[in-house]
Amino acid sequence: MVTTDAVWAALGEIPDPEIPVVSLVDLGVIRDVRVDGERVEIDFTPTFLGCPALEVMKRALEEKVSELGAEPAVHVIQDDSWSTDRISSAGREKLRAAGFAPPAPRAAGATTLVQLQSNAFRCPYCGSTETRLENIFGPTPCRSIRYCTSCRQPFEQFKTI
Amino acid sequence: MRANALLAIADDELILGWRDSEWTGIAPTLEEDVAFSSIAQNEIGHARALYALAAAELGSDADALAFDREPDEYRCAPLVELHLLDWAHTIARRYLYEEADRVRVAALKQDEDAELAGLAAKIDREETYHRLHAEMWAARLSGEPRFRDAVEELWPYALGVLAPEQRDELARRVGLDVVDARERGEHSEEFAALHDEMTEVRRSAPGAQW
Repeated sequence: MVTTDAVWAALGEIPDPEIPVVSLVDLGVIRDVRVDGERVEIDFTPTFLGCPALEVMKRALEEKVSELGAEPAVHVIQDDSWSTDRISSAGREKLRAAGFAPPAPRAAGATTLVQLQSNAFRCPYCGSTETRLENIFGPTPCRSIRYCTSCRQPFEQFKTI
Repeated sequence: MRANALLAIADDELILGWRDSEWTGIAPTLEEDVAFSSIAQNEIGHARALYALAAAELGSDADALAFDREPDEYRCAPLVELHLLDWAHTIARRYLYEEADRVRVAALKQDEDAELAGLAAKIDREETYHRLHAEMWAARLSGEPRFRDAVEELWPYALGVLAPEQRDELARRVGLDVVDARERGEHSEEFAALHDEMTEVRRSAPGAQW
């Protein structure tokens, strides 16, 4: 019989379809794993509701559980329980090393324009905080575009959700 | 009752998502191509999640609700149907819609149905960035007569997004007086053309698995 730890370890091998340097476990989108005999239940929270990779991720989870010889049941949870705060510290470091600035921590209130235009965001290439907002939106809904005025490098900044 | 209320909101998000996506590739700047494409994707994602909740109650599925209904079964507000708006009207619509949606989502977060309240909280997080985008543009264009005229012209439409009891709060936020709203109900001819376009692929291969 498969153990919960073995399931978590296997799921840790599934890369995010859009940013494959991090795994689904690093991203914190796996809320819970429950093993009941041959059946493995997974609670999964999408990052953004419009994420086109949702079905791909769900299928990847099911296939991984099937490879372990168990029966998968993946539940998609559409509530506010996923936040960018759930990205693991290892995941944040992998993002940064790949040139994606990891998200700022979730604050009590909603993000404001003043915050986005402040110098609290660090360039993942040179470490400078002399960066400016270029676009609230980017190549996927979870990212913004910023520009580092120190090393003159545009970079992708994870939005705080 | 819940399914009908959910369908009205989901239809707003789906149709506005389609209208926003019409700017992909032709927005006045490249950055706005990117922004409108992301916003459209989010709005359609919200529609999908809301349709899924309604579908569970109606014994249907999200795709069937999004694409298999007849045009007169859609409950979207006239504001989101408007087609071929110039940039001033497009930004006015985004700004007014986001302000109206903010009032509506805040109410849904307090809903006694925990599933709906939880989903509304997630939608609210994502909409924060749409609001910032609208806020930024509204501030940039606030002195432009074309933008101010567009806001006034679309104001009765914006009121029609909300239930009557929510309209005072919208008026307070936007700084305009409550007037007769363009209510939900009749669809424009523009909507028939959009419905035709957005259901075309699905109609071409009924029951296909993708």
